[in-house]
Amino acid sequence: MASQEVKLLSLWVSPFGHRVEWALKLKGVEYEYIEEDIFNKSHLLLELNPVHKKVPVLIHHGKVILESLLILEYLDEKWKEFPLLPQDPYEKAIVRFWANFGEAKLLRPGWPALRSQGDEKEKALKLWIEDLEKIEGELKGKKFFGGETIGYLDLAMGWISYMLPVWEEVGCSTILDPKKFPSITAWTEKFLSHPVIKENLPPRDKMVVWFEKRIKEPFSAQ
Amino acid sequence: MADEVKLFGVWASPYSRRVEVALKLKGVKYEFIEEDLSNKSDLLLKYNPVHKKIPVLLHNGKPIVESLVILEYIDETWKGNPILPHDPYQKAVARFWAKFLDEKCFPALRKAFSSKEDEQEKAIEEASELLKILENELNGKKFFGGDKIGLVDIVANFIGFWLGVIQEAKGEELLLTHKKFPILCKWIDEYVNCSVIKENLPCQR
Repeated sequence: MASQEVKLLSLWVSPFGHRVEWALKLKGVEYEYIEEDIFNKSHLLLELNPVHKKVPVLIHHGKVILESLLILEYLDEKWKEFPLLPQDPYEKAIVRFWANFGEAKLLRPGWPALRSQGDEKEKALKLWIEDLEKIEGELKGKKFFGGETIGYLDLAMGWISYMLPVWEEVGCSTILDPKKFPSITAWTEKFLSHPVIKENLPPRDKMVVWFEKRIKEPFSAQ
Repeated sequence: MADEVKLFGVWASPYSRRVEVALKLKGVKYEFIEEDLSNKSDLLLKYNPVHKKIPVLLHNGKPIVESLVILEYIDETWKGNPILPHDPYQKAVARFWAKFLDEKCFPALRKAFSSKEDEQEKAIEEASELLKILENELNGKKFFGGDKIGLVDIVANFIGFWLGVIQEAKGEELLLTHKKFPILCKWIDEYVNCSVIKENLPCQR
C-alpha cells in the first residue's frame, strides 16, 4: 500500500500547530514535520498560504489544508481511527461553538492580555477571566471536554494546560487559581497525563525563553 | 414526529438571512421570530447566554448558535440540496473561505463604510485587497460553490446584496465597481438572480 503523503508545516511553539500534531499522533498518521521560521517566512509558506501567511499548514497528497481547527475536522473525516468530533450534529455544533469561543475569546487575546501592563492589563484580564469561567462551567462534571476520552474540544483547549502557565510566569500573573477553576485544574492534570499529549509538548524552559524575548519586543500578532 | 424549527433573527441582518437561505434551500419549514436587539427577549438570552446574539436556531427545543455553526448543522441534519461539498478537502476549502469572509472581509468592509474621511481611504484600500483575493478565488466559476450556490456563496451574502445597498445609500461607488471587480460583480448578478436568494432578499429601504 502506498504511504499516505502527509506533511505539516509549523512552528515548534505554536499552539495551533500542536493541536494538529496531537491529532495526527492520536490517529496514528505518519507525517513529515517541516519547521517554519515565522520571523523569516519561507517561500514555501507564502506559496501554500498566500492569504494569511500563517502556520500550521497541512499538505496531504499535495493538497493544502489551512487553519488548525479546519485541519482537525479534515483529519477526522479522512482517518476514522480515534474519532475527534461527536457523530451527532447537535453535539458537533456544541463543540464547534466552544472551540470558536476558546479561539476568539481566550487563545488569541490571551498572550496580548498577559504581556500588557498596568490598567490596560487589569481590564483585559478581568474580561478574560470572565470568559474562562464559561469554560469552567462547560467542563463541570466531565473528565474531558470530549467525555471519557479526549476529543476535538480538548485538543482545541489544550494550550490552557501547558502554554497558559508559561504566559502566567512570563507575564507575572496568576490566573488559573485551582480554587476558582477546579474543573479546569483537574482537566489539565488528566490532559497532560495522556501518553500522546505528554510526549508531544514543547520544552517548558524553551517556551519561557521564547515568550520572555517576545515581551521585550513591541507586540505584533504573528 | 414533525420537526419543530424556529429561527430567532433580525430581518435586516445578513447573519440571520444566511440561515433562512439554507433552510429554504432544503425545504425546511420554520417559524421566524423577529428580535428587537435593543430589547432582547428572555428567550434569546436563555438560548444564547454566552453571546446574546442572533441568529439562534431552535430545533426541537435545542438551540444552535453562530451562523457558520448553524449552517453546518443544517447541512448535516437535512440532507437534500447539500451546501457543503462531500469531499473532505473541498469541504476544508469551503470552510476556509467562509471563515475568511467572516473574520477578515466583513469587518474590513464595515470599516471602509463607517470610517471617517481621513481614515476612509486606507480602509477602502484594505477592503479592496481582500475583495481582490475573493475575485481571484471565483475566477472561472459561476458561484464559489461551482455551478450551484454553496456555503461560501451563502456566507458571502454581505457582498452579494448588502454591499450594493450600502453603496447606493451612500450615493457613490466607493469600493465595488465593475471596472475594479468585474468577476465579483458578475457573481453578484448571478447571486441575486438565483431563485432561493431572490425570494429571501430584504426589501431595500
